[in-house]
Amino acid sequence: MTEAVSVLAHPSTPTGAEDLSLLHEVALRTPGESHVEMCIQCGTCGGSCPSAAAMDHTPRAIFAMLRAGMRDEVLKSNTPWMCVSCYFCTVRCPQDIHITDVMYTLKNMSLQAKQYDTTAADFSKTFIAMVEDYGRSFEIGLAGIHNLKHFATRLPNMAPMAIGMLTKKGMSPLPPKPIKGMDQLKKILKRAKELEAA
Amino acid sequence: MSDYIFYPGCSMESSAKAYYASVMAVCKPLGIELKEIEDWNCCGATEYLSLDVTPAYALIARNLALAEKQANGSKTVIAPCSACYLNLAKADHYMHEDPAFGAKINEALAAGGLHYDAGTLAIRHLLDVVINEIGLDKVKEKVTKPLKGLRVAPYLGCMLPRPDYNTRYSDSEHPDELDQLLAALGAEVIDFPLKTHCCGGHMTQIGPDTAFELIRRLIASADQYKADVIVTVCPMCQMNLDAFQGQMNSYFKTNYKIPVLFFTQLMGIAFGEKPEKLGFGSEFVSARQAMSRIGVETPEPVEQAPRARKAEGLPMPPPLKKGGSTSTEEEA
Repeated sequence: MTEAVSVLAHPSTPTGAEDLSLLHEVALRTPGESHVEMCIQCGTCGGSCPSAAAMDHTPRAIFAMLRAGMRDEVLKSNTPWMCVSCYFCTVRCPQDIHITDVMYTLKNMSLQAKQYDTTAADFSKTFIAMVEDYGRSFEIGLAGIHNLKHFATRLPNMAPMAIGMLTKKGMSPLPPKPIKGMDQLKKILKRAKELEAA
Repeated sequence: MSDYIFYPGCSMESSAKAYYASVMAVCKPLGIELKEIEDWNCCGATEYLSLDVTPAYALIARNLALAEKQANGSKTVIAPCSACYLNLAKADHYMHEDPAFGAKINEALAAGGLHYDAGTLAIRHLLDVVINEIGLDKVKEKVTKPLKGLRVAPYLGCMLPRPDYNTRYSDSEHPDELDQLLAALGAEVIDFPLKTHCCGGHMTQIGPDTAFELIRRLIASADQYKADVIVTVCPMCQMNLDAFQGQMNSYFKTNYKIPVLFFTQLMGIAFGEKPEKLGFGSEFVSARQAMSRIGVETPEPVEQAPRARKAEGLPMPPPLKKGGSTSTEEEA
């Protein structure tokens, strides 16, 4: 039971044995005041989460694990990757923790630690590779490439939908025209990546 | 006419052309003049934030910097897509709340010769502007064809009502602005309990089982309330509930057929615009039957034509007819 006690300890309680470096790193990397250290383990987040059933740890458990310094377990968890960014947890949290933003931070950290193990990370990468090339997203190309890589067996069922996207919605199968300020955007993103790494 | 800065977002040019067309059609009569941000870029949706926080906010902030430069009197940016709206609002909010973070993003922008003073622009969703700036009285004045007899489920999804920085919008769980607007158009508005629940977002691409369940809940609830149509304010919600309704049906062996429209499409109809100009006919689940209830004839969505056989295909015997004669003989 000693673990449970340390998890619930108030930040100001001098326990001496806690390693809060993981918690602090998450707080530092999340923009604004995330209040990540304020969790009281009430479980409102998990109870509000539309995709909790698909997560291997509920958000509440993740906050306990952060407090306990369980770096590998947190960064290997699929929990942040299953987050659908609905913000129900964020607005319902009695401690005003920016839970959705913390999930984004954890995704960043798990990618850098190369510990992610879901197709979600790859989807984000494919999406952004296109944005970095054109300055715009390319929905049809994204869905095509992503599903070919990860859900090839589902492709036959998707054919009618893909055709509908072209005929009904009048979407173009060609990539978007790059924005005029592509060079400018690339410079901005390059500098931002350097600042992120610093 | 009041000027507003306009951030359309990528979907408006691809999967949500109907939204773009209907936004344009209804803004004019309401006196909303939209000035598009020149050379805007993608907001990164929910994807860039997952990879790298600093570049993600720099990508969003380039739009804010361009908008600020272009702002001429107007300081309000209208984004009709909920994800774009939230990303722009979020970047502005965090750059303002966390000056060190704001300075970092501006350092990145400086590499491209840009700068944004956080807090100078007001980022708002079109629905918010229609309700709180234009007002329902003005909307009612423009209604020439009330939507009497059409049962609508007002659906907002997540990213407009939540997390709502600086409380620009309204309640994060049970907002009723869309209900009020649709009632002002003369529609019969159901008290839709799942109005701010999630459509599944990008889960259709990474965890379809999860997405189908979220889509099913919304569609089934609207069906229980006998809604003729679901009304959305976001291209992603529209796509998930409409284009994936068929796949969701086959996954759960159900047979729901509820059309999903943008709120601006119904505004356009009530303002007397032609359905063709409002993007009707681009939906997967046809809105034709629902709209005919109020005497509006909308185009049938284009069905995929069966692929024409190539004349120079493999040699095959002509199809047999009754009595053993072949069709070629009969034609000849």
